[in-house]
Amino acid sequence: MARILTYEERDTWIHRLSGVTKLIFFLLWMLASMLSYDTRVLLTMVLGSLVIYKMSKIEWRQIGTVLKFILFFLVINLLAIFAFSPYEGVNIYGSRTDIVHLFGNYWLTKEQLFYEFNVLIKYVTIVPAVFTFIITTNPSEFAASLNRIGISYNVGYSVAIALRYIPDVQDDFLKIKHAQEARGIEMSGKASLLSRIKNTASIIFPLIFTSMDRIDVVGNAMELRGFGKHKKRTWYAGKTLKKADYIVITVSVIITVAALIITFHDGNRFYNPFA
Amino acid sequence: MKTKFGVKEVVAIGIGAALFVALTQVQIPLGIPNTYLQPRAALLAFLAAVFGPVVGAAVGLIGHALGDIFFYGSAWWSWVFPEAIFGFILGVFAKKYSIKEGGFGKKEIIHFNVVQIIANAAAWILAAPVLDILIYKEPVNKVFLQGVAAWLGNVIIIAILGTLLAVGYSKVGAKSSSLTKED
Repeated sequence: MARILTYEERDTWIHRLSGVTKLIFFLLWMLASMLSYDTRVLLTMVLGSLVIYKMSKIEWRQIGTVLKFILFFLVINLLAIFAFSPYEGVNIYGSRTDIVHLFGNYWLTKEQLFYEFNVLIKYVTIVPAVFTFIITTNPSEFAASLNRIGISYNVGYSVAIALRYIPDVQDDFLKIKHAQEARGIEMSGKASLLSRIKNTASIIFPLIFTSMDRIDVVGNAMELRGFGKHKKRTWYAGKTLKKADYIVITVSVIITVAALIITFHDGNRFYNPFA
Repeated sequence: MKTKFGVKEVVAIGIGAALFVALTQVQIPLGIPNTYLQPRAALLAFLAAVFGPVVGAAVGLIGHALGDIFFYGSAWWSWVFPEAIFGFILGVFAKKYSIKEGGFGKKEIIHFNVVQIIANAAAWILAAPVLDILIYKEPVNKVFLQGVAAWLGNVIIIAILGTLLAVGYSKVGAKSSSLTKED
């Protein structure tokens, strides 16, 4: 299960930032990239997130497999958009410049290429930011940050428990899978659809039932220690905000507002080079 | 409907979301781009049916967002929120299924499946494509086809795996009350 992104301790200025700061930055960044379809804004954001990614000194081995997977997913999505709607770009930009006739009703147009390029960079904008966020933020500190930005500590704790137990559950999953395979259950693509469902069930059943026990055990332990008694909690892993944090927060607010103004000032989410 | 939000719910959301994330990798392809038969949908249906709407919605939201982020490097938000909607709708009727009390019989199985078909439709045929169009401006026919495919896939996997999980857990849970006094 190496295909998962995990936190790794290191000492760069991005690592030293408080989790709250990184969370706020990350949420604003996502918001801007979600709302904007302005090519200029998106390209600037791609550059920006690449710079941040570079500064956080993440290594290829930490993200390589995930990145390949994302690219694969993106290519399929882009092809699917073209297959289902080859003239989406023509509709959006209101003009049509044919490049080449492919087959049947399918013409490759400049507008479509440009639209799909926008879909691509819209996604690519977020990826380095997400990588940086996950790999540089300690999960326990993340829970503390959620609480800090005003979310109930119950929710913060749920997220912390989720992050804490993902590796454990994956371990259980592998153990059960190996045990079932040792008993001769076929898990590869060779089996038929129905028997694959059945075989998956033979792993999922024990996994879920042991997890239900785990919920009881952990829940009782927390109850015994008086969890949820008071309205507030203090956090062991929480960091106080420093000067760098305030600077980053201010800068990310400015960037987001600027991105939204540039995108929406002419009443259209799209930047139209064909007009 | 008022459900109490206690320690057990906090833990159920946490471990439920962890399970959901771990099961993200377990997928059976359906043959339409980026759409699979997902056992994790059955897990969510089961948890929502046992713990109620708040846990259902939160496991859907946190689990889907974390799963997307860990495995795909970015959250596809237009599909994260429908997952929460689904968990919520299914969870609203949690008391009716009485899974924990061991009363998950024929009537409850039918009720559970009718609700899951409707909740899936609300999430994947209605909410997900609409959000796809609003946020990502994807082509209309593509997102609706994907939505219908996801709906069908989830309905199938929940009808089989979800029902079996609930029946199985209901039996285990009922053990304590199935003892009879010896004369």
